[in-house]
Amino acid sequence: MPQSHIMPGFRPALGFTLLYLTLIVLIPLSALLLKSLNLSPEQYWGILTNKRVIASFQVSFGAALIAAAVAAALGFVIAWTLVRYPFPGKKLFDALIDLPFALPTAVAGIVLATIYEPKGWIGKWVIEATGVQIAFKPLGIVFALIFIGLPFVVRTVEPVLQEFDLAMEEAAASLGASRWQAFIKVIFPNILPATITGFALAFARGVGEYGSVIFIAGNMPYISEVVPLLIITKLEQYDYAGATAIGLTMLVISFLLLLLINSLQWWVRRRSGQL
Amino acid sequence: MSITLQNISKQFGDFKALDNINLDIPEGELVALLGPSGCGKTTLLRIIAGLEQADQGEVYLKGDNVTQQPVKNRQIGFVFQHYALFRHMTVFDNIAFGLRVKSHRDRPSEAIIRKKVHDLLNLVQLDWLHDRFPDQLSGGQRQRIALARALAVEPSVLLLDEPFGALDASVRKDLRLWLRHLHHELNVTSIFVTHDQEEAMEVSSQIVVLNHGKIEQKGTPSEIYDHPASDFVSRFIGQTNVFKLDEEEHFWLKQSGVIVDESQGIVAHVRPHNIGIEKPVDQAKAPVYLKDWQHLGGTIRLELNRDGANGSGATIYAEMPNEQFRELALQKGDRVALRIKHAHWFN
Repeated sequence: MPQSHIMPGFRPALGFTLLYLTLIVLIPLSALLLKSLNLSPEQYWGILTNKRVIASFQVSFGAALIAAAVAAALGFVIAWTLVRYPFPGKKLFDALIDLPFALPTAVAGIVLATIYEPKGWIGKWVIEATGVQIAFKPLGIVFALIFIGLPFVVRTVEPVLQEFDLAMEEAAASLGASRWQAFIKVIFPNILPATITGFALAFARGVGEYGSVIFIAGNMPYISEVVPLLIITKLEQYDYAGATAIGLTMLVISFLLLLLINSLQWWVRRRSGQL
Repeated sequence: MSITLQNISKQFGDFKALDNINLDIPEGELVALLGPSGCGKTTLLRIIAGLEQADQGEVYLKGDNVTQQPVKNRQIGFVFQHYALFRHMTVFDNIAFGLRVKSHRDRPSEAIIRKKVHDLLNLVQLDWLHDRFPDQLSGGQRQRIALARALAVEPSVLLLDEPFGALDASVRKDLRLWLRHLHHELNVTSIFVTHDQEEAMEVSSQIVVLNHGKIEQKGTPSEIYDHPASDFVSRFIGQTNVFKLDEEEHFWLKQSGVIVDESQGIVAHVRPHNIGIEKPVDQAKAPVYLKDWQHLGGTIRLELNRDGANGSGATIYAEMPNEQFRELALQKGDRVALRIKHAHWFN
């Protein structure tokens, strides 16, 4: 076979990729699948249709979706601010964005819970002003997941905004477009794919989030109990089969949702000539 | 539409990009803003467009003061150096953009838009590309689409920033002529920025030469070439030989049989084709010899050196038609006498 690539090593590279993918992702996931095969379909179905389990799925996926959407919107604005406007302390602010990546999630959860609890600094003020309690409610979960998801959106949108050709905006203006039209018709469509990627990452992270959520959620069954917590609870009760069944279902749903988001992404890119 | 600039100045930090520019461009002209990089020509174009604000001075379009008007109200068409096509839109949508963003009242119907876009695509001879995305086009095609997009809003002034800068040589040559003909057809007042004097000469009806933020000269291509107003213009437009008539050079010029008509300054600029080459009367005395020559197509460029001189100033370039060169039958190393037919004098 003639050598047509500049960089050699396709085979070893692919080999390593497959090896690590197998060791780190595929084997553990297959183990999960195998373990769940100990259950009969009826048993499996029984576990899943348990009201408490269904409620926790609703809480987990609902909160993750809402939080990812909010994070996508906020993250877009933050990335825009960081890229477009000079302001004092910008570098420091930029570094702060990554903090949720590094902070132990439990620490984040405790801090958020302390501040947003009904007697906390912000929680007290919010409850007085609007009567809405944030911590120990499903809303608290959303808050924690926004905190966790935000940097994913900012860090995916930021480089794309930086690369955006300002001449395109000037071209829009020279053709008579208002600022709003230039934003909606020219800037936004070019940044949308990156925003969707950020949304998907924030969502994926949010669905599995455990550490930060359990401190602020209140963890009331049927109301503010997330799936990961339910799995831990089952494990503590030595109900390994139940934990696996829930885990596997969560895996499948997450995978399907990510697949959906990726196809949406593909569709957007294709429509806008980026494929 | 006529364009008038009054006392335009612009500063970037300590750098004076434009220094008190006054310029009148009558309706229907195709004007080249020509100058070396950093001379302020693009800044001036952007100030006319409203993409940049002048620190002081006024811009008038058709007699209206538009200095405070944003770009979207100025009715200009702007073609960017790197095209700035909307990469998420098809060619068709790119060209339709200017029509579709019009307010509800002024917006033509989709049918009219469709007809207009296809007319423009036919004008730039690219109708078959209407459903492609910009990334799928070649440089020359993108440039023509960018032009069609700018023309869609029927601008009263067309501004082009280095329109051929990013294209390869053969495409550039075609597009230059095409632009000139297009301008002839549409007769819309146009200004284009270039650093290429050949391009300016070939395309424009008027050239404005800029240097260090100031206008050096304004005129038709032949005025600029035949009567350069300054030392800078003479050097910048076309090739020129510079003779400083201080004592030393005066001496060798006389010695070498160079015949200069009545001197009118201390620096003489002589175009290569204004230097005549003759066989010297006395071979031994002539200090100038033929070092090398190059075939430029219709003409031959002669590289002449003189004894005992070195450095860049020591080489004199002369040009003559092919036939004449053949008749002279010069060999490399042959001694020659120079006859200077015409020179521009500067102090």
